Amino acid sequence: MTQPAFSPWDDPAATPLIQFRNVTKRFGTFTAIEGLSLDIFEREFFALLGPSGCGKTTMMRMLAGFEDVTEGQILLNGQDIAPVPPNKRAVNMMFQSYALFPHLSVWDNIAFGLRRDRMRKDAVASRVDEMLRLTRLEKFANRKPHQISGGQRQRVALARSLAKAPKLLLLDEPLGALDKKLRQDTQFELMDIQETTGTTFVIVTHDQEEAMTVASRVAVMDEGKLMQVATPDQIYEAPNSVYVADFIGDVNIISGRASQSGDKVAIAWAEGEPQIQGTTSRQFAPGQTCHFAIRPEKVAISAQKPDAPNVLRGKVLDIAYLGNISTYHVELPTGTIIKAQTANTRRIARRSFTWEDPVWISFSDTAGVLLEH
Amino acid sequence: MRRLALIALPYIWLLALFLVPFLIVLKISLSDLALARPPYVPQWNFGDGWDALKAFFGSLDLENFVFLSEDDLYWRAYISSLKIALISTLITLLVGFPMAYGIARSPEEWRPTLLMLIILPFWTSFLIRVYAWMGILSKEGLLNQFLLWLGLIGEPLTILNTNTAVYIAIVYTYLPFMILPIYAALDRLDDSLLEAAEDLGCSRIQAFWLITVPLARNGVIAGCFLVFIPAIGEVIIPSLMGGSGTLMIGKVLWEEFFSNRDWPVASAVAIILLLILIIPIILFQRNEQNQREAER
Ligand SMILES: Nc1ncnc2c1ncn2[C@@H]1O[C@H](COP(=O)(O)OP(=O)(O)OP(=O)(O)O)[C@@H](O)[C@H]1O
Ligand SMILES: [Mg+2]
Repeated sequence: MTQPAFSPWDDPAATPLIQFRNVTKRFGTFTAIEGLSLDIFEREFFALLGPSGCGKTTMMRMLAGFEDVTEGQILLNGQDIAPVPPNKRAVNMMFQSYALFPHLSVWDNIAFGLRRDRMRKDAVASRVDEMLRLTRLEKFANRKPHQISGGQRQRVALARSLAKAPKLLLLDEPLGALDKKLRQDTQFELMDIQETTGTTFVIVTHDQEEAMTVASRVAVMDEGKLMQVATPDQIYEAPNSVYVADFIGDVNIISGRASQSGDKVAIAWAEGEPQIQGTTSRQFAPGQTCHFAIRPEKVAISAQKPDAPNVLRGKVLDIAYLGNISTYHVELPTGTIIKAQTANTRRIARRSFTWEDPVWISFSDTAGVLLEH
Repeated sequence: MRRLALIALPYIWLLALFLVPFLIVLKISLSDLALARPPYVPQWNFGDGWDALKAFFGSLDLENFVFLSEDDLYWRAYISSLKIALISTLITLLVGFPMAYGIARSPEEWRPTLLMLIILPFWTSFLIRVYAWMGILSKEGLLNQFLLWLGLIGEPLTILNTNTAVYIAIVYTYLPFMILPIYAALDRLDDSLLEAAEDLGCSRIQAFWLITVPLARNGVIAGCFLVFIPAIGEVIIPSLMGGSGTLMIGKVLWEEFFSNRDWPVASAVAIILLLILIIPIILFQRNEQNQREAER
């Protein structure tokens, strides 16, 4: 990459496109979003990740103008958007339920927003055709929404929201119904569009791999609160809580009591087992509860005792063969199960371990992160 | 065998309740008036044999239809019925659509109650309701007393026994038939469609015309037919509430049957009415079918 890294969130002088200021949203007595503050910058590809019902759609709907904010403010370009009705916002949304107009053909669905802008007829036509090409829907242009498949409908919804080239595009699970191949293609397509148009994207997804692929930053939410907002690699490598570590990808969590000297921490986690050695920039009080989180791919598995800062013995309980990698579930004498992942560079028949084999697992003292909660 | 029985059942039903009565009426319409009981000839009995049957068919003719086309009373009655039915259907639509829309947009817990209120009048006899309207609309009726009391009018209006009273009664009677199908269509309409329309730059009003109205279309069409078809042949309302100038084919039919006891002419009137109604009925069927296909 020749261009400078895109990271306006690290630049104190940059002004965000969207600012959530202490936003709270209540439905009756139920609090869907609680005291949430967040900045999203222009040209960002911002992914919202979180379990079902955590408030992702609610955030989108507040941005689009379908829900008003109970407390706090949302600013777009420094302007409070509360008084602006949805049809006057330079924001388009792709609905989780698609919300395609059943009485209009695919073509007319995509043209709908363009026509409202009093665009010239041939300009509308060429834009719609471009969108159809992009989403590979040319063949279905004249069909009604009930005459196409679920994945095709999703693409129509996507094309319709893209057509107006809005300043801010909200995508609520845009690719969930697509097969893996088409999903990946569309992801790259989206990133391309984002790069060429400079549109800011906010995308909701249940697929963390997708969030990792497309997003400049990822927000992990839980019960209406932001747990962590960071770049994909930071979220993955340096989660700030067990919740985030556990939500993104696979992780082993070992909890124990900390004793720190400098940046080294030793964790006493089980009677008769060696303490786990970790490295941290945080401060742990002696005896404080501490969670050591380590990704399976950073845990090595071997038949002979290796030389490493952390070495534990156990036996293979289960093997999950995933094609390119295998995940070994190793049971330690304490009953704890640690997952270790290895790349399958050899054929399966020549695998070195099998069920019930005694093995050693090992990892370095910098491979995991230490978390307070 | 069972499948055959299942298929045959609706056909037998249709045959017994529609085709057989239709053929009987058709036969009477081709007969001649007679001072007899029943008041027409020819008659035919099963025991009469082959020659009698030939004579029977030989004496059937189209005389009554020719008579209908010559006397312009009947033409005017048909045209006037069509006009009254058409106008009342339009008024019913104008009154019914906002009501259906209001119910569909009301809070969910209110809707069953509101629908109940729409259907409730059906629980009392139709005649009683017509008499109630006569009480409301007559010279000394509630409406006139109220308007006089308000000072809006100096002397009572003549509403009862005019076409206005007929319109009011038809609209009142058939309103539920308009409201229910429109409500059903609007109720199916997903709110997120309106949100999507707004999101794409529509104002609320534009979204109403571009989304709500087209999606309610089938309901509107169904409602219009459900009002229009029975309104054309309406008998009781023009007889009781219309004036001497109110000309409706149902009333003419009634008079031919019961006042003139001219069954053959009355039957001919009924046959032509049926032919006129077949067109909207077929259109209605097609609409229903389209709707079902669209929902699949
Ligand atoms: N109109 C509403 N009235 C009451 N509660 C609501 C309303 N809309 C959403 N909620 C509640 O707010 C919470 C957040 O809903 P939201 O739709 O934002 O979830 P989400 O994160 O998008 O979930 P999913 O991933 O399943 O789409 C949920 O618990 C939901 O039940
Ligand atoms: Mg959602």
